[in-house]
Amino acid sequence: MSSDIQVLESAVVRFAGDSGDGMQLTGSQFTSSTALSGSDLATFPDFPAEIRAPVGTTFGVSAFQINFGAKSIKTVGDEPDVLVAMNPAALKVNLKNLRAGGMLVLDSGSFTKRNLQKAGYEDNPIGTPMLEDYQVIELDISRLTLEAVKEHGLGNKDALRCKNMWTLGLMLWMFSRKREPVADWLKAKFSKKPEIAASNIAALDAGHAFGETAELAVHFKRYQIGATQSEPGLYRTVTGSQAISWGIAQGGELANLPIVLGSYPITPASPILHTLSNMKELGVVTFQAEDEIAAICAALGASYAGSLGVTSSSGPGIALKGEALGLAISTELPLLVVNCQRGGPSTGMPTKTEQSDLYQAIYGRNGDAPLPVISTRSPGDCFEVAIEAIRLAVKYMTPVMLLTDGFIANAAEPWALPDLDALEPFHVTYAKAPAGGEAFSPFSRDKTTLARHWPKPGTPGTEHRIGGIEKDFDSGHISYDPENHQKMTDTRMNKIANIAHDIPAQEIHQGSERGMLAVVGWGSTFGPISEAVKIAREDGVSVSHIHIRHLNPFPANLEILLKGFSKILVPEMNTGQLKTVLRDKFLIDAKPLNKVSGQPFKIQEVLDAIRAETAN
Amino acid sequence: MNDMSVAPQKLTIKDFTSDQEVRWCPGCGDYAILKCLQRTLPDLGVTRENTVFVSGIGCSSRFPYYMDTYGFHTIHGRAPAVATGVKLANPNLDVWLITGDGDGLSIGGNHLLHVLRRNVDLNILLFNNKIYGLTKGQFSPTSDVGTRSPSTPQGSIDPSLNPISFALGAGARFAARTVDTAQKHMPGVFTRAHQFRGASFVEILQNCIVYNDATWANVTDKDVVADKQLLLENGEKMLFGKDKDKGIRFNQSSFALEAVVIGENGITEDDILVHDETNLQLARMLAELGGKANEPLAMGVLYAEQAPQSYTEAVVAQVDAFRGKKTLKDMIYTGQTWTVE
Repeated sequence: MSSDIQVLESAVVRFAGDSGDGMQLTGSQFTSSTALSGSDLATFPDFPAEIRAPVGTTFGVSAFQINFGAKSIKTVGDEPDVLVAMNPAALKVNLKNLRAGGMLVLDSGSFTKRNLQKAGYEDNPIGTPMLEDYQVIELDISRLTLEAVKEHGLGNKDALRCKNMWTLGLMLWMFSRKREPVADWLKAKFSKKPEIAASNIAALDAGHAFGETAELAVHFKRYQIGATQSEPGLYRTVTGSQAISWGIAQGGELANLPIVLGSYPITPASPILHTLSNMKELGVVTFQAEDEIAAICAALGASYAGSLGVTSSSGPGIALKGEALGLAISTELPLLVVNCQRGGPSTGMPTKTEQSDLYQAIYGRNGDAPLPVISTRSPGDCFEVAIEAIRLAVKYMTPVMLLTDGFIANAAEPWALPDLDALEPFHVTYAKAPAGGEAFSPFSRDKTTLARHWPKPGTPGTEHRIGGIEKDFDSGHISYDPENHQKMTDTRMNKIANIAHDIPAQEIHQGSERGMLAVVGWGSTFGPISEAVKIAREDGVSVSHIHIRHLNPFPANLEILLKGFSKILVPEMNTGQLKTVLRDKFLIDAKPLNKVSGQPFKIQEVLDAIRAETAN
Repeated sequence: MNDMSVAPQKLTIKDFTSDQEVRWCPGCGDYAILKCLQRTLPDLGVTRENTVFVSGIGCSSRFPYYMDTYGFHTIHGRAPAVATGVKLANPNLDVWLITGDGDGLSIGGNHLLHVLRRNVDLNILLFNNKIYGLTKGQFSPTSDVGTRSPSTPQGSIDPSLNPISFALGAGARFAARTVDTAQKHMPGVFTRAHQFRGASFVEILQNCIVYNDATWANVTDKDVVADKQLLLENGEKMLFGKDKDKGIRFNQSSFALEAVVIGENGITEDDILVHDETNLQLARMLAELGGKANEPLAMGVLYAEQAPQSYTEAVVAQVDAFRGKKTLKDMIYTGQTWTVE
């Protein structure tokens, strides 16, 4: 049977199990092996907020979805082709998304009466009409794993923890992926516990061998998914959190500034704190503050002292940082603020994705307090966007809000490693002491950018005092003068508005520059929109895809571009925030397509909306 | 840090005075503190360019504008966090943190706690006037119970906080107390605070002439100073009173400090405690002294125990242990990579 290999263009596999079943590890290892085979891919770790939810419950189900193929992959896939369900709860939660006719791999050993009850099944669904639309492969993975690791002498509990590796072995066999990278990883991870490493590898091998030798039903097929036609180069997989951290470090080097990160633990932004804390080799200083406010204040203090302050958080934390952001705007100091968005309001859904902090980013402060807002569209994109955000922060002496989200932060994709030496530096120069005993003004401005200069404490002759009180335009001293406040407010506004001319012109991602319909998106909806527009265009629909990276200010040509289309559709994982901003700025009839379920858009959902808009 | 030994000439009070008109109310205690610090800094051998004043919000927090050094007037309560960032970016800067009882102990209590716990190398001056001045006279966390204010017309109910006890409880390794009117005492305390490597916390009893006038009169008035202030000197007996005939002894039965009179009830000078500023338990008891009518308030350095490293020194040491050992390229290009031809 192993010779019966079917070649597929792409496949979507979803691993689902209990929080303690190691599904995230299984998924990420399957991802590594798939990436090394040269397929393009996108992943979606979908896990509960609870660290260890009660075993066997539906709310404790953790899943990892991967879409991989020999073609360009932009989304995690609407419907899994293969669902691996390690227990009844995983089946209960995930079955509804499995494609009709898709393959269902079940660990029948976990379908005990008690587990079925916990999942809310009255009867065992295996063998019932409930599963008749699927190709069901029912294996007692628990027992097979125990047998496979028996010789290594683990206790029953530890031995059962190797179940995920058995399953991974089987799936690697099914999709003709290599086991060696996983075995190497296990050896490295458990270098101090060789018996654990050996047991896991034994389970991995056993799962693989099972696929190779077992006499299974005819529908148990093996697939081959080839390498994608990517641009030549060196690749690795990268998550959004990694790419953003590396981008921050790279941006600091290009600006010739040390990075000081002030941060406070919050889901899903914490991995940025963790990654940067491991980058002391580059001189990165990280500070886990006592709260969100202290985190941004320390970052701002570092910027005042001549470093580049960075703070990372998620929506609730950004809310707490609002006052300090105002201080950064008022004192015109550079600062990078990363918002890794999650479902809101309030605590909302910490582990689920959303893009509902756009209003907060653009408007969420007291007073007239403009700042640039920039967004990332995919894990790899985070690297470039972080550098761009830092460029704007230091060039315009302003805090910059970088919007990413929980989906991008945790998802992985292949990334062509950039040529770091080819990146253009934007070295910062600090303010110089005035010649001939003239008074030093901290608020002298560049006439073109309107950015003030940056005096660095420790420098003789540029001593100065600044704060959140309004400052005189010329001297920088405290001023309550009415006309001066008007002038300073206008200056701060114009400084940010002028950035529109210093960012790349808005491009059309797909389609023509004029037409019936433009689908306009930002952030992580890039993938589904891109795929939906592609399919619609192949069907002959007049539709274009515009993806906006710079959200405040918008690129200077965006208005003209949008006005070339009869209709504008804005799919967003919120209730219509970009739609409202576009209507406000350009007086256009932008229509919303909204989803706030904590799950990314499906291609089909966007496609249906495109078809509805273009039906007449 | 600039090498102080090559400073061309000694700076003067004028060098540290900015061109800004001081805008506190006439008679405010803040004037005296400002003048004293401007006068003391030249003696400390510091430079203007390496000195940074960071403040929060409130009357005292206008302080940085009047110093001709670097200054950052930040937001309410957050000065400790901003100052921490300044030190993380450049540990060589000499950073003074100016705060008040409302700014430091109410809205910013959390930050003050953590900056003391971490032992960030800052000189922290808390002006304690037991009232919110800038917002027109509401009671503060250090107000005496029963304080009548616009927000407590029937008198305040909240028990008051002792700033030194708070600081010691938070893990401060340097705690001192002085008075705005004590032009001879303040410079010594400021000098000690400046010399201390780590977070040095100084409570300054300060008079708000408009909203809480004479709140410290029972400690600072000329006729009570001798009896109501215990001027601590390390290694010296804790004597007070005009004739130094009063002192502090440890009462073993009540397990507390008590004020006694030498010659009464068989008390001799041998019963009087000697100040040891490295003794944390003693410092904690001294901090609370002054609650009873016959007790003085402990002034000067209550506690000073240097840690092997300040927070910023430890941060620098950790980063320096790794600095330069890898490049970003090393980090990104390692791990599982593959080549597309």
